[in-house]
Amino acid sequence: MLSMTAIAVVRLQSLFGVVILFGVYSLLSASIFVVLDAVDVAFTEAAVGAGISTVLMLATLVSAGRTEKPSNRNPWLPLCVVGITGAALVWGTLDMPGFGDPDNPIHHHVADRYVNASPTEVGIPNMVTSVLASYRGYDTMGEVFVVFTALIGVLSLITIRQPRKQLPLTPAADSPDNRPFPILQVMSIILIPFIIVFALYVQFHGDYGPGGGFQAGVIFSSAIILYTLTFGFDDAILLIPPGVVNTLAAVGVLIYAGTGVISLFKGGNFLDYGVLAHDPIHGQHIGILIIELGVGITVASVMIAIFFAFFSRAERPIK
Amino acid sequence: MSAFSLFNYWVVILLMMAGFYTVIASGNLVKKIVGLNIFQTSVFIMYISMGKVTGGTAPIAAENTELYSNPLPHVLILTAIVVGVATTALGLSLISRIKQAYGTVEEDEILEVTQREDDVT
Repeated sequence: MLSMTAIAVVRLQSLFGVVILFGVYSLLSASIFVVLDAVDVAFTEAAVGAGISTVLMLATLVSAGRTEKPSNRNPWLPLCVVGITGAALVWGTLDMPGFGDPDNPIHHHVADRYVNASPTEVGIPNMVTSVLASYRGYDTMGEVFVVFTALIGVLSLITIRQPRKQLPLTPAADSPDNRPFPILQVMSIILIPFIIVFALYVQFHGDYGPGGGFQAGVIFSSAIILYTLTFGFDDAILLIPPGVVNTLAAVGVLIYAGTGVISLFKGGNFLDYGVLAHDPIHGQHIGILIIELGVGITVASVMIAIFFAFFSRAERPIK
Repeated sequence: MSAFSLFNYWVVILLMMAGFYTVIASGNLVKKIVGLNIFQTSVFIMYISMGKVTGGTAPIAAENTELYSNPLPHVLILTAIVVGVATTALGLSLISRIKQAYGTVEEDEILEVTQREDDVT
């Protein structure tokens, strides 16, 4: 089914259809991740792929046009290249170890230690979180930096539009007749609190169940995106000014790196949480909680800021 | 080892090639980005399939469970997805600017415009 969707994406010329199909494709791959036991990954893919990137692409389509021009290029040369590369890769897989075999080399270098020792060394049941935040804390910090840098890049290319002059709200302007999408707005008012509560649950329960800063950040930002989509940009930036979002993105990175520096001052290595409390396990708990918070804040505010930048360009005033 | 044990990797390759074909054959920049995303997802699926252990469960420690899937690929892909959407956003904002500067997002037409500008100077 996944392959069928992918091929449909390749062949369609209506870009609108392509983007919507891409959302479907992401949701399908999320369900595949669940089947393959990667619940944390599935979580992220569902929120990111089916939610945020689809919305961002739609916002781009508003300015870039909806249909692709038919190309008069010869399709055979690329097809040939693709065929040869594919054949070479299939030949390569013949040397791969079989799927799902517990004796595969990938399961026996560091993975043994992660699986067997992490519940006692780090003290939290979710191994994905303990590897992400503790064993490979440096990597994750790098990823947070990359996300933050991408925000700087986007904002230097397209700026967030200043809000239109707000007229003082007259009773007439706030009446139900002037609201463009009453049903959507009522529905999203009901949904948004639940989305935010769920995001906070995912954030702070990430030690024990699937979840963590990355997922929580994405889910939280999707609540704000829903609000912006139904109520319009001008209302949304009254709720969350872009300046605050940009500052929060930097604050999240600072929390992460700051935790590392504090552990240096306490006599440990950079990002060594064991020294944060008297008991190393307790220290690990605190450290992971703090840096996941930093990750969550950065990811949420970066997504919101990027969305604001796109949406403020795409939105047309509603008459 | 049966032929079916490699089936996952072949699906990955099919997806990867579909994405690759879109990137090199399509002239539309938005579609190229979508193709790049499909390519990216295929790599995610490959990593996750490598981490799967038959009979294992999700890597969250629980009583009465002995066999877990490998958490390491999950961690790598989890962060890769979020970084992926950030870079996609960067690409889309570039497209937005290209549209502003050239009035089109078709590769051929952009080349034409630059050609004309070169002829003038």
